[in-house]
Amino acid sequence: MKDNKTEKKGFTNWIDERLPIFTFINHNLRDYPTPKNLNYFWNFGSLAGITLVIMIVTGILLAMQYTANTEIAFDSVERIMRDVNNGWLLRYIHMNGASMFFIIVYIHIFRGLYYGSYKYPREILWMLGVVILLLMMATAFMGYVLPWGQMSFWGATVITNLFSAFPIIGDYIVTFLWGGFSVDNPTLSRFFVLHYLLPFAIVGVVALHLVALHQFGSNNPTGLDVKSEGDTIPFHPYYTVKDYLGLGVYLIVFAGLVFFAPNFLGHPDNYIPANPLQTPAHIVPEWYFLPFYAILRAVPDKLLGVLLMFAAVLILFFLPWLDRHRVRSANFRPFYRQFYWLFIINCFVLGWVGAMPAEGIYVLISRVATLYYFGFFLIIMPLLSKFENTPALPSSISAAVISEKFDSKEPAGSETYVK
Amino acid sequence: MSEKDLKDKDTIPSVDEEKRDFLFVTTAGLAVAGGAVTVFSMVDTMNPAKDVLALSTTEVDLSPIEEGQSLTVMWRGKPIFIRHRSEGEISDASNVSVGELKHMASDESRVKNPKWLVVVGVCTHLGCVPLGQKIGDNKGEFGGWFCPCHGSHYDTSGRIRKGPAPLNLEVPPYEFVTDDIIKIG
Repeated sequence: MKDNKTEKKGFTNWIDERLPIFTFINHNLRDYPTPKNLNYFWNFGSLAGITLVIMIVTGILLAMQYTANTEIAFDSVERIMRDVNNGWLLRYIHMNGASMFFIIVYIHIFRGLYYGSYKYPREILWMLGVVILLLMMATAFMGYVLPWGQMSFWGATVITNLFSAFPIIGDYIVTFLWGGFSVDNPTLSRFFVLHYLLPFAIVGVVALHLVALHQFGSNNPTGLDVKSEGDTIPFHPYYTVKDYLGLGVYLIVFAGLVFFAPNFLGHPDNYIPANPLQTPAHIVPEWYFLPFYAILRAVPDKLLGVLLMFAAVLILFFLPWLDRHRVRSANFRPFYRQFYWLFIINCFVLGWVGAMPAEGIYVLISRVATLYYFGFFLIIMPLLSKFENTPALPSSISAAVISEKFDSKEPAGSETYVK
Repeated sequence: MSEKDLKDKDTIPSVDEEKRDFLFVTTAGLAVAGGAVTVFSMVDTMNPAKDVLALSTTEVDLSPIEEGQSLTVMWRGKPIFIRHRSEGEISDASNVSVGELKHMASDESRVKNPKWLVVVGVCTHLGCVPLGQKIGDNKGEFGGWFCPCHGSHYDTSGRIRKGPAPLNLEVPPYEFVTDDIIKIG
C-alpha cells in the first residue's frame, strides 16, 4: 500500500511505475557513475553504437531499392546512384560507413588493449566485443559482394575458397556456401539475406556488451578500480557532452569522406560488372581486412595460412588469460607499453604488405610481421605477466587525477605495488 | 566537485552566462537543422525516383480503335480506359440531368472530344479494375462499366450511378497531340 503523500504524480511516473523505462534510462544514461578521468579514447564505444545505427538505417533504405539477382544487381546499384533521390548520398554513407565503423572499432579495440580493459572482471565484456568484431567482418564481407562488381565477385570467390583448405570436407563446405558450383545467383541471394540479418544479431550482442559493461562500469586510463563515489561523476551531463563533442568531430570526418572522397577507400574495379571469366589483375580485399590477408599470404601452406588468418582474430578471445599481469593500464607498465606500440606499428605494416603484391621483399616483411603478431600474444604477454615490474600505483583514481593536475612526480598517497 | 558546486556561480567567477547561452543555442540549432536536412534527404529516397517519374507520360494512337471499341493502356502502372463512343452512348451520357448524379459532372466537362472518353480504370471505391472493356463483359446497368468487387455501376461517361463508389472514374490529364494521338500525363 502506498502512502498518498509520497505517490509520484505525472504521466512519466504513471508509466515508470508499470514499466520502469525511465528508471532504466536514468540509471544507465544519467546518474550512471562513471570514472571521472576518462579520456577521448572512451568516446569510441558510443561512436561505434551510433555508426551501427547509421548503417542499419541507410541499409534498410538501400534494401528498398536494391535487387539481389545477378542479372540486375549491378544495374540496381547504378540506378540507386543515378535515379533514386539522394541515392548517391545514401550509398556513399553506407559504403564509407563500413570503413568508418572499422576505424572506430579498431581504435576501440586498441584502447582496450592499451588500458587492459579485457582483464578481470571484464573478460566476458571483451569476448562479446570479439563476437561483435567477427559478426561485423562477416557482414562487411557479404555487403561488399552485393554490388556484383568485379571485386565483389572475385572477393567472394577467394574468401569462400578459403574453406576449401580444410581436408576432405573442404570442397563440400564451399559448394554448400555457394549453393552451387561457383559464386552465382544462389550465393548472392543468401549473402543479401544474411547481410540484412546479421546487423540485428550485432544489435543483440551489443546489448549484451552493454549489460556486461554496466555490471562493473567503464575501465579508465589508470586501470584502477573505482573505490569511492569521489572517483566517479554522473554520466549526464559530463560524458553526454563529451560524447557529443566527439560525435561532432567524428561526423565532420565521416562527412568529409562521403562528400569529398567517397571512393577513396574503394577499388575502381568494383565499378566493372562481375565477369566470371576474367579475374582482375590485382585483387585486394577492403582495407580493413588487409592485415589478416597479409597473414594469410605470409604462409606458403594453404591450410596453415587459412588457419593462421582465423587464429589472428580468434586469439583475441584468449587475451584475458594470455595477459595475466595484475596491472591493467599500460600507463603503469613500461615494458608492455613498448611492445604495445610495436604491435600497433606491426598492424599497420601488415595492412601495408597486405595491399602489396605477394612477391619479393613483401613476403619476408609479412612473415616477420606475422611472427610478431602472434609472438606478442603468445610469448611476450605471458612472459611480461610473470616478469614485468611496475612502479607504484596511485592509491585511487582521484589521487591519480590530483597528482596529475598539480604535476607532481610522486603520486599523492601512493601505495607501493611491485609485482 | 558536485553538481551543486558547479551551479554556484561564486566558486566559478569567470562564467559568462550570455556566451554560454549563445553557444548552446547556436550549437543545438545547427545540430537540429543538420539532423533535419539529413533525415529529410534520407526519407526522400523513398519518393518516386527519376526513372519512375520518366514513365509518367504515355502516348496512344487512337486510329485503330473502331467506334464502340475500347482500349486499355498503362499509365503510371494503372489501366487507362479509352472508349470510342457511339452516337447513342454520347447522347446517353449527355442527356442525364446533372442534378440527379451522385458526383455531379456534365459529360462535356469530362471529355475533350465527345467521341473519345479517357478515364482511369480504377474504381473509386477500393481500387479494383471495373469490367466493360472487353466484348461480353458485364457493362453494368448504365452501359459503361461495372465493378465486380462491390457492385459499382458506371455510365458511358464513367460516372458513378449506382453502388458504393463515391466518385466518378477519374479523368487523367491528357491532350490531343494530333487528331488521332493523345498524350496522357
